[in-house]
Amino acid sequence: MKMFAIIFLLYSSISFSAENIELSKAPIDLTNNQSLQRGAKTFINYCLNCHSANFMRYSNLQDIGLSAETIKNDLLFTGDKIGDTMSVNMSAKDSKKWFGASPPDLSVVARSRGADWIYSYMRGFYSDPSRPMGWNNTVYVNSAMPHILWELQGEQILNPKTKKLEKFSSGKLNAKEYDAMIADLTNYLVYMSEPDQLKRKKMGYYVIGFLLLLLFLTIKLKKEYWRDIK
Amino acid sequence: MKKDTHKQIKSAGLIGWVDERFPLSSFIKNHLTEYYAPKNFNFWYFFGALALFTFVIQILTGIFLTMYYKPDAAQAFASVEFIMRDVSFGWLIRYMHSTGASLFFVVIYLHMFRGLMYGSYKKPRELLWLFGVAIFLLLMAESFFGYLLPWGQMSYWGAQVIVNLFATIPFIGPDLAEWVRGDYLVSDATLNRFFAFHVIALPLALAGLIMCHLVALHEVGSNNPDGIEIKDTKDKKTGIPLDGIPFHPYYTVKDLIGLSVFLIVFASIIFFAPEMGGYFLEANNFVPANPLVTPSHIAPTWYFTPFYSILRAVPPILGSQFPGVAAMGLSVLIFFFVPWLDKSKVRSIRYKGILYKKWLAAFVVSFIILGYLGTVPSNIWGQFSSIIPLLGGVDVATFVARIFTVVYFAFFIMMPIYSKKDVTKKVPRRVTF
Repeated sequence: MKMFAIIFLLYSSISFSAENIELSKAPIDLTNNQSLQRGAKTFINYCLNCHSANFMRYSNLQDIGLSAETIKNDLLFTGDKIGDTMSVNMSAKDSKKWFGASPPDLSVVARSRGADWIYSYMRGFYSDPSRPMGWNNTVYVNSAMPHILWELQGEQILNPKTKKLEKFSSGKLNAKEYDAMIADLTNYLVYMSEPDQLKRKKMGYYVIGFLLLLLFLTIKLKKEYWRDIK
Repeated sequence: MKKDTHKQIKSAGLIGWVDERFPLSSFIKNHLTEYYAPKNFNFWYFFGALALFTFVIQILTGIFLTMYYKPDAAQAFASVEFIMRDVSFGWLIRYMHSTGASLFFVVIYLHMFRGLMYGSYKKPRELLWLFGVAIFLLLMAESFFGYLLPWGQMSYWGAQVIVNLFATIPFIGPDLAEWVRGDYLVSDATLNRFFAFHVIALPLALAGLIMCHLVALHEVGSNNPDGIEIKDTKDKKTGIPLDGIPFHPYYTVKDLIGLSVFLIVFASIIFFAPEMGGYFLEANNFVPANPLVTPSHIAPTWYFTPFYSILRAVPPILGSQFPGVAAMGLSVLIFFFVPWLDKSKVRSIRYKGILYKKWLAAFVVSFIILGYLGTVPSNIWGQFSSIIPLLGGVDVATFVARIFTVVYFAFFIMMPIYSKKDVTKKVPRRVTF
């Protein structure tokens, strides 16, 4: 017991040094097909130039309410078929040379990074002339990725005193519109990381319901059998 | 006795035809309908049957996963995502397997704790316990090999760390590690051999050991929460233990309740939280293995963390990490010796004195705290301030892990002393509920 008291006393003199990046909460709603469709379009138009999603098939987009026709006409690159996966033509070797790091595949990025990280990262770019691409990020410091969406968001700069991002120049979208666009994109990435997740949860209710009924019956059955055990 | 019952059975028809050629009816009698189990089993006695059930689940889901999984460093990660997306209900099979792995350990730990509580390792059940500990050891190996297969970052670096533990063994270490890996680092060769161990070698050995465990159990009979030998008080006419009831139907129907509850827990995780907050499926394992990028924090899956904590807690001696590795190995192997460490006159905690209860509680607390500390970086609680002599600069978490490592081992090493000194209560002749 004495040992614990000593630990407790010593504990007050401990210095904490862990630095935590504060992430913004991403407004995820996987039941909102409109948002998922907008996110899918943003993803295909902007991200899919460099980042692949090699495990995701275009045809899966029918799950979020897009028709095969729409996918074929509006979203497919020439030469791709609807059953193809979302690949890129850029070779990893070239991209490594150009950016310093190959853009990772984004199929399951929402599961490794988390929605809040993605949502914050895409809103955390600021211009930094000391970086090779001229861009830095508050969430992923010294990220090799340039700010692809800067024309939409405008430029931000990091105030060295407050360590906060400040608006430097306006883009095509205002702050609210940009955040909504990133929210849709994040929503889509979460969907894409596990396309069957809504189906999974829906099925779960039926399975649990069945099991509760089974539990009720097994309790009855056991009581019936055990009546004579004293 | 047994030979007599064998001859008495005479069934007509197909069963009779089989019985003349194969001991079917006598097998059913000996192991189910006329296997007498104590009537006072409580909550803790569900977990043996549940462990067997989980084993079957793992085998069955494993068979289906093997149909689509590709044990190839270039294809493994993609094949798992293929199962998750393109195989019908592949996600369900995969989540059953990944959740089953973790729940297997939950069930086994509770099953082992039951043994420690009710003295189920004491004479004449020593061999039964040894088979059990061997199963636990193989299960750890099985899950370790299986964890490499998704070929994510955590799979890769976890395997790298564990295989490197072998490299710390004096003299033969580095060669041994290379021999295990089949390469200078974890690679395609390692993945293939781990796959072979995971799907053939260990499941086969596990099945054999589980059978031995059950045969030994049915030979000596089940223990019970009172730690009383029910065979000591038999009905004079029938020779059936007065406190025994046939396993079937009484415990088969009772186990169905346990199974239903277990399935509710199992299904809740599979359908609503398959990642279980990163404890069952780690976020980092959704990044394909990359030998060039070491993750900032490598931790084994939660069921290994108490032992991993012990590994980290032991300081290196003469620059060698081997003492930590040896301590970790010992922390698992020490379970083998429990039947001979416990000198108590009684089996069950119900009739043991306060000393054993205190020590068992201390053991459980250290197991849980070590388990938690194994999941987090050792600087999680910061360092002691440098003004404190001896402790200055030491990670607080490491210090706490050291204390509980000592408690963990003391539970076993001191057992011959405190179990002998302990004031036990009088054991009744018949079981109580």
